[in-house]
Amino acid sequence: MEAQELVTQAANTLDLKSLGAAFAIGAGALGPGIGIGLLAAKAMEAMGRNPEAAPKIQTAMILAAAFAEAIAIYALVVALIIKFI
Amino acid sequence: MHISIAAEKLSTVLGLPITNSLIMSWMAMAVLIIVAFALKRTMAVVPGRFQAFVEVVFESLLNLVDSITQDRRKTEKFLPLVLTIFLFVITANWLSLLPGVGSIGIREEEILVPIFRPANTDLNNTLALAIIAVVAAHFFGLRSLGIKKHVGKFINLRGPIDFFVGLLEAIGEVSRILSFSFRLFGNMFAGEVLLLVLASLIPFFVPIPFLGFELFVGFIQALVFAMLTLVFLTIATSEHH
Repeated sequence: MEAQELVTQAANTLDLKSLGAAFAIGAGALGPGIGIGLLAAKAMEAMGRNPEAAPKIQTAMILAAAFAEAIAIYALVVALIIKFI
Repeated sequence: MHISIAAEKLSTVLGLPITNSLIMSWMAMAVLIIVAFALKRTMAVVPGRFQAFVEVVFESLLNLVDSITQDRRKTEKFLPLVLTIFLFVITANWLSLLPGVGSIGIREEEILVPIFRPANTDLNNTLALAIIAVVAAHFFGLRSLGIKKHVGKFINLRGPIDFFVGLLEAIGEVSRILSFSFRLFGNMFAGEVLLLVLASLIPFFVPIPFLGFELFVGFIQALVFAMLTLVFLTIATSEHH
């Protein structure tokens, strides 16, 4: 049937490459997002309890956030490799 | 709109390729060297405004480094490398926001090859910086601890668990190179692609907050690279526990 042919054609021309790239970065940004949120929440709590130690806590927080963000960057690089190479 | 992960080669000099990101690296180096010479020429005991500003930057970074190493002698040993990495990365990142970077280029068969490309969007560049940082950590560790203690951190024959931990540390060093280079590369490349896509969609007013965000990200990535180098230098030159 005409409709069935169209559906088969649509399924065969699915752009799986772009889908893979989108899924890679989408799922890969989930973990680091939650991780950095938890980090910042704990850091703010600590700063609220002890405002004098705020600069030290801030430096340590930025360092730890960079580590967590690096994982998201790995996911981004995989997505870029899928899309462009 | 053409995005390529690898930096495009513009010409060849003596068999070595000259890419567009290499040209931006040279520009960042030129900016830093010119500012250094200008500062040296006009250096005075009572500082003028520009010298006072540079002194503020240096002193705040010195205090930051001090707070991580907890040892003034170590700070004086590490400060040149850490500060150079910070200044080079921040200059390269901020130079990439000038108009003309990524937009002025040569047209080759339907594709625009830009003459200027941000220096840290080239994986070769960031890999070089990462290798410098890790090799410097090992060099400083060897020099301050001696060969036996330094190698003893990685090849530890005191027991099966210690041996495994040493092996993990060695693998961690390699993963450190990868993580340093990919963190800087990913941030800068993603920022450049974002600005490119925005500029091709809505060139008026909308890129402005994203340019501000790129300014911030450039600063943070420079700070993070320098601070992580410092942390690993400190760990490498301190005794095992």
